[in-house]
Amino acid sequence: MIYFDKVSKTYQNDTKALDSVSFTIKPKEFVSIVGHSGAGKTTIIKMILGEEKPSHGSVFFESVNISGLRKDDMTDYRRRVGTVFQDFRLLPNLTVYENIAFAMEACGRTDEEISADVPHVLGLVDLTKKMMNFPHQLSGGEKQRVAIARAIVNQPDIIIADEPTGNLDPVSTYDIIQILKKINDLGTTVILTTHNKGVVDSIGKRVITMEGGKIARDDKDGKFAI
Amino acid sequence: MLRTNIKRVFKSGFLNFWRNGSVSFTAVLIMTMALLVVGSLILTQALLSSTLAQIKDKVDINVYLATSADESDIMDLKKRIESQPEVLTVVYSSREDELAKFKAKHENDELTLQALDEIGDNPLGASLEIKAKDPSQYEGIATFLDNQKSDNSESVIDKVNYSRNKSAIAALTNIITASDKLGFAVALFFAIIAFLISFNTIRLTIYMAREEISVKRLVGASTRYIKGPFVVSGLMYGFIATALAMLLLIPITYWAGPYTLGLGTGINIFTYYLSNVFSIGGTMFLAGLFIGSLSSYLAVKKYLRI
Repeated sequence: MIYFDKVSKTYQNDTKALDSVSFTIKPKEFVSIVGHSGAGKTTIIKMILGEEKPSHGSVFFESVNISGLRKDDMTDYRRRVGTVFQDFRLLPNLTVYENIAFAMEACGRTDEEISADVPHVLGLVDLTKKMMNFPHQLSGGEKQRVAIARAIVNQPDIIIADEPTGNLDPVSTYDIIQILKKINDLGTTVILTTHNKGVVDSIGKRVITMEGGKIARDDKDGKFAI
Repeated sequence: MLRTNIKRVFKSGFLNFWRNGSVSFTAVLIMTMALLVVGSLILTQALLSSTLAQIKDKVDINVYLATSADESDIMDLKKRIESQPEVLTVVYSSREDELAKFKAKHENDELTLQALDEIGDNPLGASLEIKAKDPSQYEGIATFLDNQKSDNSESVIDKVNYSRNKSAIAALTNIITASDKLGFAVALFFAIIAFLISFNTIRLTIYMAREEISVKRLVGASTRYIKGPFVVSGLMYGFIATALAMLLLIPITYWAGPYTLGLGTGINIFTYYLSNVFSIGGTMFLAGLFIGSLSSYLAVKKYLRI
């Protein structure tokens, strides 16, 4: 599904963020990408999202080169990828309901589909009672659940979670990971970046370990090993 | 689907405006100031035009006619002068009219009036007051009159007062032309300043929303769907700012009205504003919408590069 083909990324100040990285992620996989700060985890995520282009090599999504996509094609591609960020990135002036509905409106879904699906995903993340609240009225864990609901509402092919538990307490962390596991069990590919050992070990699935912009280890049933 | 998208864009723009209360308030306030400047410039231009017209109206050539001149010869001369393309109006004042004017002018001067009585007869000739379409054309009219005088040995023209006022008329013509151009240049300058201030204010509001724009981009919203609500918010800033500026101009022009009339400009600016409220309002409205929407459009573009 996702194929990194000898991808390198060097920034303007000659910082090498990725160094000839190659790997494949298959459909329905749950992959954790771990590493110290500056190892290249977020750069990989940005490449998949099309926020950054490789200096060398290519990133493919279902045999389409992501960095070669035109603006309109990039918009269509991003609708197939759900993203969850460490800092939640909710729209502050929209309610919980409107934040999730926005993702559907952006894809051109009808009002009827929106009014049917949004309450449904809110139920999945157990936030039905908070649908009229604004993000600033929610706890960290609740915000992240809204972000996940927004990410899954359009039934994307992949969910990318970039350090989703970084700002959460252990209980909320556990809840979020359980939700992601459930999403993966339903057939969605999940890519998670984290430096939380407990999270990685509890998932017990494939772990890619990054070090200095290179892949240090790629374990099918990996543990956190930095 | 297009109707749905348009409806969503407008709804999103309105929500953006409403829920970002303090930001919207600041943007509207700055734009109101800018539009007040635009409105003031329009009114100042009106005052300037009226003043210049008043000055132009005071400039004329007086042709003093011989006391022996025949009425029919005078009317002939009048027709010939009126036929000149530069001439706007020619007003005939008879010998009796001139005498009455003279007496009224010197009504407090007993000595002069006594001397006039002593003469017995009316010593004054009739006159023609000539106004040109433009002050720069008086030279041409004066030349025509000189020719009329020299061509005919029994000319009805006694004296033309142009040469005495020539330098004053030339100076006034230059002042009027320069004031017109300067007035326009100053108005344009301040209009550009007003636009730039408003543009930067709206850029700031969109700078504050840059994270929001990047999130919308990553969620898969199209460029139009991201820009649209900001342009709608910009239109709302412009619309409300125009309404406020127009309302504020009412007390301002009401207070300034008597002063503008007293300064000899010829118009009460309050009356002028009320009589032209639709055209002035229309100009300000277009300026407000243009500034608001264009500023938003250009400012959002910068943050859509991801």
